[in-house]
Amino acid sequence: MRWISILLGLSGTGAVGFFAVREIIMYPMYFFELVLGGLTRGSIYALIALGYTMVYGIIQLINFAHGEIYMIGAMTALIVATVLGMWGWNTAVIVILAFVFAIVYSCAYGFTVEKIAYKPLRNAPRLSALISAIGMSLFLQNYVMLAQTPDYLPFESLIPDFQFWEPFAHIITSVEITIIITTVIVMILLGLLIKFTRIGKAMRATAQDKVMAALLGINVNNVISATFVVGSATAAIGGVLIACHVGQINFYIGFLAGLKAFIAAVLGGIGSIPGAVLGSLVLGISESFFTGYFWSEYEDVFAFAILVLILIFRPSGILGRHDTQKV
Amino acid sequence: MEPILNVKNLTMKFGGLKALDDVSIAIEKGQIAALIGPNGAGKTTFFNCITGIYDPSMGDVQITPPGKSTQSLRGLKPNYVTERGVARTFQNIRLFHGMTVLENVMIGRHCRLSSGIIKAMLRPPSQREEEKKAVYDSYEILEKIGLDKYVNEMAVNLSYGAQRRLEIARAMATEPFLLLLDEPAAGMNPKETKELDDLILWLRDNENLTILLIEHDMKLVMSLSDRIHVVDYGKKIAEGNPQEIKANPEVIKAYLGEESDDA
Amino acid sequence: MPIKQQLKQSLIIAFWFMILTFPIMVIKVNTIQNIIVFRWFNLLWVGILTFFASLVWNYFLRRTEAGKKKDFEDDTPLIHRLLQNDRFRRPFLGLVAAFFIAYPFIFPMYHTSIMISALVYVMLGLGLNIVVGLAGLLDLGYVAFYAVGAYAYALLNLHFGLSFWVVLPLSALLGTLFGVLLGYPVLRLRGDYLAIVTLGFGEIIRIVLENWDEFSNGPRGIADIPAPTFFGHQFNQDNTMIYIYFIVIALVLMTIFFVHRLENSKIGRAWIALRDDEIACQAMGIDKFKTKLTAFALGATWAAMGGVIFAAKTSYINPMSFTIWESITILCVVVIGGMGSAIGVIAGALVLILLPEYLRAVAEYRMLVFGALQVIVMVFKPDGLIKSVRKVYTFKTSQEPQQEKIAHGTHT
Ligand SMILES: Nc1ncnc2c1ncn2[C@@H]1O[C@H](COP(=O)(O)OP(=O)(O)OP(=O)(O)O)[C@@H](O)[C@H]1O
Ligand SMILES: [Mg+2]
Repeated sequence: MRWISILLGLSGTGAVGFFAVREIIMYPMYFFELVLGGLTRGSIYALIALGYTMVYGIIQLINFAHGEIYMIGAMTALIVATVLGMWGWNTAVIVILAFVFAIVYSCAYGFTVEKIAYKPLRNAPRLSALISAIGMSLFLQNYVMLAQTPDYLPFESLIPDFQFWEPFAHIITSVEITIIITTVIVMILLGLLIKFTRIGKAMRATAQDKVMAALLGINVNNVISATFVVGSATAAIGGVLIACHVGQINFYIGFLAGLKAFIAAVLGGIGSIPGAVLGSLVLGISESFFTGYFWSEYEDVFAFAILVLILIFRPSGILGRHDTQKV
Repeated sequence: MEPILNVKNLTMKFGGLKALDDVSIAIEKGQIAALIGPNGAGKTTFFNCITGIYDPSMGDVQITPPGKSTQSLRGLKPNYVTERGVARTFQNIRLFHGMTVLENVMIGRHCRLSSGIIKAMLRPPSQREEEKKAVYDSYEILEKIGLDKYVNEMAVNLSYGAQRRLEIARAMATEPFLLLLDEPAAGMNPKETKELDDLILWLRDNENLTILLIEHDMKLVMSLSDRIHVVDYGKKIAEGNPQEIKANPEVIKAYLGEESDDA
Repeated sequence: MPIKQQLKQSLIIAFWFMILTFPIMVIKVNTIQNIIVFRWFNLLWVGILTFFASLVWNYFLRRTEAGKKKDFEDDTPLIHRLLQNDRFRRPFLGLVAAFFIAYPFIFPMYHTSIMISALVYVMLGLGLNIVVGLAGLLDLGYVAFYAVGAYAYALLNLHFGLSFWVVLPLSALLGTLFGVLLGYPVLRLRGDYLAIVTLGFGEIIRIVLENWDEFSNGPRGIADIPAPTFFGHQFNQDNTMIYIYFIVIALVLMTIFFVHRLENSKIGRAWIALRDDEIACQAMGIDKFKTKLTAFALGATWAAMGGVIFAAKTSYINPMSFTIWESITILCVVVIGGMGSAIGVIAGALVLILLPEYLRAVAEYRMLVFGALQVIVMVFKPDGLIKSVRKVYTFKTSQEPQQEKIAHGTHT
C-alpha cells in the first residue's frame, strides 16, 4: 500500500510536472489565469472549510448544514443590499451593512443550529448526530427556497471595479483580487484569535481533550458555540464574496460549495486549520487546471475522485496527525 | 514446554509517549497470571497490542495453543487473534446494547459458525441445525456463568456486575484457550467479587483455560494468581509469586508513589 | 422549572427566532423586477409558532432526559405486541393481505400507480435499512444503485432486447457487483467519511449519466422502455399497471422474507454488533470489513431491483430521477420509520410517500418537513416511529428450572 502510494504520487507529480512545464512555455498567460482562478476558488473554499475543520476538531462531527450557513450569509447580503439600494442609500454604506448583516445573521444561524440539532445529541452515537445534521441541511435549504424563491436571483456585485486596478483587470478582476486579499486578512485574524485570545486557547484545549478542558474550568458548551459562530462568520464572508464573483445565487449554492470545502478540509487534514487553508488552495488550483485543460463537465467528479484517493492513501490528509483510536 | 503466551520486547509508542517499553512476559499453560501496575502504567495497552487492536511499534507476540505449534500474532487483525483462541474482556464494558443477553453471547459464537449469506437466506437444514446449536451452546454458557435467568433481557438493563460477567460469557463463547480479563472486578461489591473469584478458578479448572487478568483489587489478585507481573510507566519492574511481589521494594515504591499522589 | 419561567424562556426564544428569520421570512426580494415585498404577517406567525414549539420542545427534552435515568418498562411497540399475540396475528395479517390484494381492483389506476411508487420505496427502504439501520453505515449514495438497475434494464433492453424477467435477476447481480466495487475501497474508511464518499459517488453516477451521451443518451434520457410481459403476453395499459402492482407486492414480500431471515442469522447479528461497537465486534472474531461489505452489497442488490421496477413502470428514465434528493428521501424513510425495524420502515415508506401524494397542498413542504423530522426523531426518538424488537428465544429443555429461577428472583 505504501509503495503503491509513493509510486502513484511520484508518477502523478511527474506527469503533471511535465505537462505543466510544456503548457507554461507554450501558453504562459492561460496558465497564469488558471492559477489565479484557482487561487480565487481556493480562497472561497478556505473560508468555508475553516468552519468544517474547526467544528470537526472540537466535536468530531461533519456539520452538513455548514454549506447552508454560507448560503444564508449570501442571501442575507442580497436582501439587505437590495432593500437599502432601493431606499437610495450610499453605496459604501450598503456594502458595509450587507457584510455586517451577512456575518451577524450567519453567526446567529450557526449558533441556533448547534443548539437545536447537535447539542442534545452530544452523547448519542455518531450516526444520530450525522443524520440530524443532514436533516438540518435539508430543512434550511427548503426554508430559504419556500420563503424566497427556487430561482436564481441576480446579485449585483458589491465590489466595484476599482479605477487603479484597471491596468491589471484583464488578468485578474477587482473582485478576484478582493477575494484573495480578504481571505488572507481573515486567515491572519483567525490565526491571532486562536493563538492569543482566551477563547482561542479554550478552543485548542477543548479540541485536544474535552473532559480535561472541562476539569480545568473551561465551559465546553460556550467553546462549542463560539466555534460554530466563528466558523459561520468566515463562511458568511465567503458567501458574500462568491455571490459578488458569480453574480447570482439561489437556495442551493451551499450544497456543492459545502461539499467541495469539506473535501478541501479532508485533503488538508481534518481538524487542522492550516491544513484547511492548504487543502483549499490545492483543491482550488487543481480543479482550475482540470477544468481548464481537460473536461469542464467533470469538474465535480474530479473533486470527489481526489477525496476518494486521499481517503484511501492518506486518510489523515496533508497536514493531519495520524492517531490511534483510544480503546 | 513452550509458554502458552510469550510476549517479547513489546514496545508501543503514541507520538512521543512510550506506553509500553520493552515489556517481555511469558505465561505458562493453566496459570492464572495477573498484570498489575498503577493507573496509566500501560496494562490495557498491553492487552490491545496482544489482541491486535493496536499495532505495536516493536516486539513480538507468540502463542502456543494446546496441541499446536508456536505462532506469532504480530500484525494480525483482532478477529484473527480471536479465531486463534485468544479472547478478552474490556475495562470499559463494551457490550452490544441493541441486543439481548443471549444474542451477545451468540455474537461470540460467530467465528465458530460456518453458514454464509446464501444459507442464511435459504435456511437449509444444515443452517437450521447450526443455528439451533448456537442458541443452545450460548444458553449453556450463560448457565455456567450464572446469567441464564436474563437470556432475553436487553444487555444494557443488567446490573454492573452482571454486565461484567456477560463480557466473560461472551468471550467464552469464542472457545478460547487463553482469556484476557481487563479489570473484571471493577465496580463490583464484595459479594460479587467473591463470586467472580470462584468463577475464575472454576474457568481455569473446568474449562482448561489459561487466564491473564488486569486488576486493581489486590486482595483478589493475591488470592487468585499463580504469578504476578508488574508494570509501571510502561516498563516491567517485577515478576514473581504473590509473596515475592508483596515483598518487592520496587513494587512497593511504585504503589506507594501512587498512593502519596492520591493523598 | 416553574411554569412562569418556562413561559418567559419561550418568549425569549420566540423573540430570538423573530429576529433570526426576519430577513428571509419577512422581506421578499425580486432582483429581476426590483420588487420588494414585506410580509409582516410572517413575523407574527414565526413568533407564535416558535413560542409554542419551544414549549413543546423543552417539555420533551426534559422528558427524554428523565426517561434515560428511569428504569426500563415494556416499551414494545403496539404493532409488535399485536403480531406476537396469536389471537390477533392471523386476523390482522389477513386484513392487510385482503386490503393489498383488493387495492388495484377497487381504486382507479391513478391510485394503483401511486401505490406502486410507495411500494418501490418500501423495497428501497428495506434495502437501505440493511446498510444504515442494521449495519450502521450511512450511505448517502444509495440512489446510485437504483440508477444502475434502472439503466441496466433500459439499456440492456434497448441494445440487446433483453426482457424484464431476464434483467431483474441480472440487475440484482449487477447491483451486488457495484456494491462490492464501490464498497471495497471506501468501507475501510471511518464511518462519517463514508457518508461523504457515498454521496459523492451518487453524484458522480448522475453526472456521468448526464454527460456521457453515447452511453446513456444524456439528459434526454431513454424512452419507450417496455413493461413486463406475462409469459410473452402483453397486457393493455390498465392491466399492465395492475400486473406491475402485483410484481412489486411479490418483490416486497420476498424482500421482507429474506431480510427477516438475514436479520436473525449469523450475518444479521454481526451487522447489529458492528453498529453497536466496532471494536468489541472485532474482538469477538467478526471480520469488520467483510461484514460491512456484505451489508453494503446486499443493500445495493435491492436498490438495483427497485430501479428495474421503476424503469418498467414509468417507461421513461433520465438522470433527473436519480438525484441526491432521492437518496435523502429513502434515508428519511428508514430513519423516521425506525432504523433496523422492518415494520417501521414499511410504515415509514407508506406514510412518507403516500401522504404528500394525497395532500397536494403540503407537497411543497415535503422536504422541509422531512428535514425537520430527521432532526426531531434523532433528538427525541432515535429508534424511529416503530422501534425494532429482538427475537425472544425459549428453552424447552430447561424450561422448568428457568421459570423457577425467575419466580424466585421476583420474590426476593
Ligand atoms: N490510543 C492512544 N493514544 C494515545 N495515548 C494512549 C492511547 N492509548 C493509551 N494511551 C496512553 O498510554 C498510557 C497507558 O494507558 P493504559 O490505558 O494502557 O493504562 P492502564 O495501565 O490500563 O491504566 P488503568 O489502570 O487506568 O486502566 C496512558 O498514558 C494513556 O493515556
Ligand atoms: Mg486499563
